[in-house]
Amino acid sequence: MASVPAVLRSEWTKIRTVSSTVWTLTSALVVTVALGAALSALVRATFEDMPPIEQATFDPTVVSFSGMLLGQLAMVVFGVLVVGTEYSTGMIRTSLAAVPRRGTFLFSKIFVAGVLALVVGLATSFLSFFLGQALLGEHRTSIGEDNVLRAVIGGGLYMGLMAVFSMGVAAMLRSTVLSLGILVPFFFLISQILSAVPKAKEVAEFFPDQAGSTIMQVVPGAMGSDPPPYGPWGGMGIMLLWVTAALLGGYTVLKKRDA
Amino acid sequence: MVIAPGPDANDLSMGLERMIEAVGLTKRYGAKTAVYNLSFQVRPGTVTGFLGPNGSGKSTTMRMILGLDRPTSGHVTIGGHPFRRLPNAPRQVGALLDAKAVHGGRSARNHLLSLAQLAGIPARRVDEVLGVVGLQDVARKRSSGFSLGMGQRLGIAAALLGDPQVLLFDEPVNGLDPEGILWVRNLMKALAAEGRTVFVSSHLMSEMALTAEHLIVIGRGQLLADMSVKDFISANSADFARVRAPQTEPQQREKLMVALAEAGGQVMSEPDGALRVTGLPLPRISDLAHDAGVRLWELSPHQASLEEAYMRLTQGAVDYRSTDDQRAGLMQQPPMGYAPPPVVIPEVPQQGWYAPPPPGHNPYAAGPGTQPAGPPAAPAPAPAPADLSKSEDAR
Repeated sequence: MASVPAVLRSEWTKIRTVSSTVWTLTSALVVTVALGAALSALVRATFEDMPPIEQATFDPTVVSFSGMLLGQLAMVVFGVLVVGTEYSTGMIRTSLAAVPRRGTFLFSKIFVAGVLALVVGLATSFLSFFLGQALLGEHRTSIGEDNVLRAVIGGGLYMGLMAVFSMGVAAMLRSTVLSLGILVPFFFLISQILSAVPKAKEVAEFFPDQAGSTIMQVVPGAMGSDPPPYGPWGGMGIMLLWVTAALLGGYTVLKKRDA
Repeated sequence: MVIAPGPDANDLSMGLERMIEAVGLTKRYGAKTAVYNLSFQVRPGTVTGFLGPNGSGKSTTMRMILGLDRPTSGHVTIGGHPFRRLPNAPRQVGALLDAKAVHGGRSARNHLLSLAQLAGIPARRVDEVLGVVGLQDVARKRSSGFSLGMGQRLGIAAALLGDPQVLLFDEPVNGLDPEGILWVRNLMKALAAEGRTVFVSSHLMSEMALTAEHLIVIGRGQLLADMSVKDFISANSADFARVRAPQTEPQQREKLMVALAEAGGQVMSEPDGALRVTGLPLPRISDLAHDAGVRLWELSPHQASLEEAYMRLTQGAVDYRSTDDQRAGLMQQPPMGYAPPPVVIPEVPQQGWYAPPPPGHNPYAAGPGTQPAGPPAAPAPAPAPADLSKSEDAR
């Protein structure tokens, strides 16, 4: 059996030697930071025109993270590609012939890619926060305020977990195209639409993205939204359950199915 | 099954840790049985060829050896261990399964580097194997731009990486140029000469005849033969005589056929009117013709080629076959009563003709009328076991 450090080193080589890693992670960072900055500047300019409820629950941290809605999709693509290309290229057979212990193979891959996604996610959330706050002018908050540091670190954690969740789903579906075809519309459309529909909202609150993103709110019920029936860490816990389920599903499929 | 044990059966004591052993290996995909009750051993020190027509289960068997597919029943081990339990598998077993099983966006060198790191193989070994397979000039190019032949070379490099004692190659010469084919052939032989176990699949008998010393032949997922190439040739390439009566007198030909059949010979008609006779020595044919008052225009000895022997062995087992059989050409005289023609003779040029099968070596073609009545070269073994026909029905 190939030792775990050896598999980790090998997976790191695999991840860093394909260009998709660079462009998905770069776009996750750039899109999130740029969009967050643009919206922060816009909010500052139009603050007086906002409805009173939004002014009352104004959360400068959340505003600076507005770009994450789009930026997280790049994280999803990164996660899907890391696992999915093993299947789409047939590399999986070479990989599993070299690492017969499938659990070691899958979790080493996800660990390396997950740590990388977490590092990029943290860089993204800190950059978004400081740039956004600078652009918010007099409406800004600072990292030293209560719960702000938790929200900013939580933002990085959220992005990393989105990537890991996608890896689990890709391992379950064993296909890049299928995984992207399901995850991207789900996070970009279905989850967003359902969270705006009254009854469906109560279900959508427990989706991984909706639950996980509450950790980025400093003000409960930020920007006029209904506060969910769980706290920031409760939401993160729900997201972690989703991630665990996806990983277990992916592991079960890899273990049971022929490569 | 039939199967001569082969001359190297006494090598069992040595190299046990390098031996591949399959026992009752069966793989079903839904209703389709890809591999059925396959048992064989692949021994170190020789190149073992794994032959079978397209879709006969070669790749499935290879994947099961490598633990990629789980057998429905039976098991296969390398050095006594299932592949998934092998300690440091990349250093013990090298495999080329599919030349295209690489991420096209990664360079050849990085692909090999990621595999090398798994087994703690230093990076300079990567450059070494790249040189061995002749890819050093494109080592830093993305493998998506590689031709099939270059992909095969990259796959072979990956297999050689850990300097393993057991090597598996699935159709390694596909897409290679003649120089590459020669190189692979010599490489296999050299690896085996170093005492390694080399298991190479192919659907080309001609290629295996030049490379392998031992053959395992399968058709429709079942073992057809497991013997040395030498034994395979002598067991399968039955001698025959070509006899030609004057074409101007068809009744002479008829007379000769009756006389030969009565004497116990097996007679088939070739498209140009010549007769293919087995089971009778040449002088006896001449005597019979003389006694029947038939002049002969030709009486010549022939030997079926290895390719013919292989085709004959597997002809009942090919899944995909072109069909332009012409039963009208079958003029075989059954000894008593009518037996269905055992060998279908297509109208093709003469080198495409298959001599009738030697007794018992072809479970698919074996019919009651196929046993030559003449002095058999080998004792007729028992007919194919019953489970064989059962599995055929199940399909």
